[in-house]
Amino acid sequence: MATNQLDDKTLTELREIAARYPEPRSGLLPMLHLVQSAQGRITPEGIEACAAILDISAAEVSGVATFYTMYKRHGVGDYHVGVCTNTLCAVMGGDEIFARLKDHLEIGNDEVAVKRQGDSRTVSLEHIECNAACDYAPVVMVNWEFMDNQTPESAVQMVESLRAGHEVSSTRGPRLCTWREAERVLAGFPDGRVDEGPTAGEASLAGLRIARERGWTAPDPEQVPAVEAGEGEA
Amino acid sequence: MSTLTPVLTDTWDAEQGWKLETYAARGGYSSLDVAFAMSPDDVITAVKDSGLRGRGGAGFPTGMKWSFIPQDNPKPKYLVVNADESEPGTCKDIPLMMGNPHVLVEGVIVSSYAIRANKAFIYIRGEVVHVIRRVQAAVAEAYAAGHLGKDIHGSGYDLDVVVHAGAGAYICGEETALLEGLEGRRGQPRLRPPFPAVAGLYASPTVINNVESIASVPAIVSNGAAWFASMGTEKSKGHGIFSLSGHVQRPGQYEAPLGITLRELLDLAGGVREGHQLKFWTPGGSSTPLLTAEHLDVPLDFEGVGGVGSMLGTRALQVFDETVCVVRAVLRWTEFYKHESCGKCTPCREGTWWLVQALTRLEHGQGSEDDLDQLLDQCDNILGRSFCALGDGATSPISSSIQHFRDEYLAHLSHGGCPFDPARSTAWAGQEVSA
Ligand SMILES: Cc1cc2nc3c(=O)[nH]c(=O)nc-3n(C[C@H](O)[C@H](O)[C@H](O)COP(=O)(O)O)c2cc1C
Ligand code: SF4
Ligand code: FES
Repeated sequence: MATNQLDDKTLTELREIAARYPEPRSGLLPMLHLVQSAQGRITPEGIEACAAILDISAAEVSGVATFYTMYKRHGVGDYHVGVCTNTLCAVMGGDEIFARLKDHLEIGNDEVAVKRQGDSRTVSLEHIECNAACDYAPVVMVNWEFMDNQTPESAVQMVESLRAGHEVSSTRGPRLCTWREAERVLAGFPDGRVDEGPTAGEASLAGLRIARERGWTAPDPEQVPAVEAGEGEA
Repeated sequence: MSTLTPVLTDTWDAEQGWKLETYAARGGYSSLDVAFAMSPDDVITAVKDSGLRGRGGAGFPTGMKWSFIPQDNPKPKYLVVNADESEPGTCKDIPLMMGNPHVLVEGVIVSSYAIRANKAFIYIRGEVVHVIRRVQAAVAEAYAAGHLGKDIHGSGYDLDVVVHAGAGAYICGEETALLEGLEGRRGQPRLRPPFPAVAGLYASPTVINNVESIASVPAIVSNGAAWFASMGTEKSKGHGIFSLSGHVQRPGQYEAPLGITLRELLDLAGGVREGHQLKFWTPGGSSTPLLTAEHLDVPLDFEGVGGVGSMLGTRALQVFDETVCVVRAVLRWTEFYKHESCGKCTPCREGTWWLVQALTRLEHGQGSEDDLDQLLDQCDNILGRSFCALGDGATSPISSSIQHFRDEYLAHLSHGGCPFDPARSTAWAGQEVSA
């Protein structure tokens, strides 16, 4: 990357994002996602470009970029691996998974592992907070796709597959794309992978399966007596 | 009477349940014409009569919130869906949007119609790319089918929906911080009043509701308020998704009438992990005070859980068995609050830092029993003095754990450290092949 200037396509798309909103500044969060997609991180040039389009100061954009944890000042790997170490996942084994991955990749939190000879892709590692998948604990996210019910061994195998350039799929989602490609989806530019993966994972279906077995349903609307008007206001 | 009542989860076992075709084949989007045949005020009345209370944690009556929108205010009105789902333990909105995004879009249309909004936003936490794909696609399909856009179903009503990805900040689940994020600013809560209903997004009248609240609206409109109110308890009506996680045989999502108990849910889920017993649990995420086996029969509705000193919250039932050190669990949550404190007010910014220091010392077995009381004092200095509910929430696990497990804190002091072996708590504990 000789120059860090954003290309015309990206600049056009940044303006497109701002135009989705009644007030352009509302586009800033997705715009910063697009900057990350185009440049691999939040660059000074990306900050300047957003500031110019929104007619605010670079300091204001920078203040926003530093507030949110998904924005990275330094680069991440092609595959950014997040291990949930919030209490529930930590207890279920997330702490062990995170420790094993640090050890295996020989890096600390929020660092990129060395690209070894023969690796075709890079990985980075971070411990993350609850990712709303606690029923699949311990949870690992790769480029913000779910890798449910991990163990230290499965996590090590997964990062090795990723480094080798093998295709890896989310346990209830699509084939993994790169971090930069994922950032583009977050900016509001779909990538055509929406129809991959199931409707729901197994844990999500736990209650529904029992209801189906036992014939349990919500009440039949025909069988319900009418409510007296105003009852809900009590 | 059915113990479980799948409504929002009912399509999750469908092949490609996220597609409009699947959803429409099951009667999807039929509430639109029912609503358009009613006046917006009548839709609000129906939601009021149903007794629906907010599913995002606080349980505020949804119809009443909508009625606060001043219709004489000439500014545009907005609906904002809170899809930030980040409260530790909470994991219902994410599978809902992944498996059944159209029910949310349908709910957005009917709810926006009721409050006379022509623009709605769905603010989804950024860390769930596939969920965002599914909601983006659902919105695009709804436009193509004429459920969104201009003159929807020939009703004369127009609505545009923007799907907005956040960027990692628990505080953006707090509704006024969310609005800041949606306006392209740092997510720090706003002073209230004015409330968002009067001056919310772009200082215009704004309704902010949780994903599950909005997704509950289509069935209320189609099946009637009485149908919804026939489920649940006297003051906590309807169905809700209960999320079981942790040391249970079959963790997952269980959609049931409000008022079901943890004992009943555990029965369905195959009980606590084999060979172990329930030690403590959260009824509605980490910000709701911990409960114990003593509370297995508490009705999981707003009043029932409130009555035992906790909160129903988001029905995030995180279950921990006797292998888990409560001090370790609480310290980790406290580190979370410290990390997520937005820094706007001193009690929370400084307080959560001190709480982590104090708990870390205790976990290492340092200090004396007096430090426990000091910890409780620190909680008193945060609770009720913070600018928003994040600070209050940070004290919940601490004070409730000291209340129920004071001896365990003391055991750390007498033991000179943690007496528990974390390896015994993992999902794979006891499964290792022994040599
Ligand atoms: C720190 C904090 C985080 C919150 N996170 C969420 C969230 O992720 N999702 C949500 O719907 N409500 C969350 N809330 C509650 C919202 O402020 C608001 O009450 C809710 O979105 C209103 O919707 P409802 O009435 O439909 O429940 C949070 C509140 C606080 C204080
Ligand atoms: S209580 Fe915490 S999160 Fe809320 S405004 Fe104060 S510092 Fe920010
Ligand atoms: S605690 Fe890890 S996903 Fe919720």
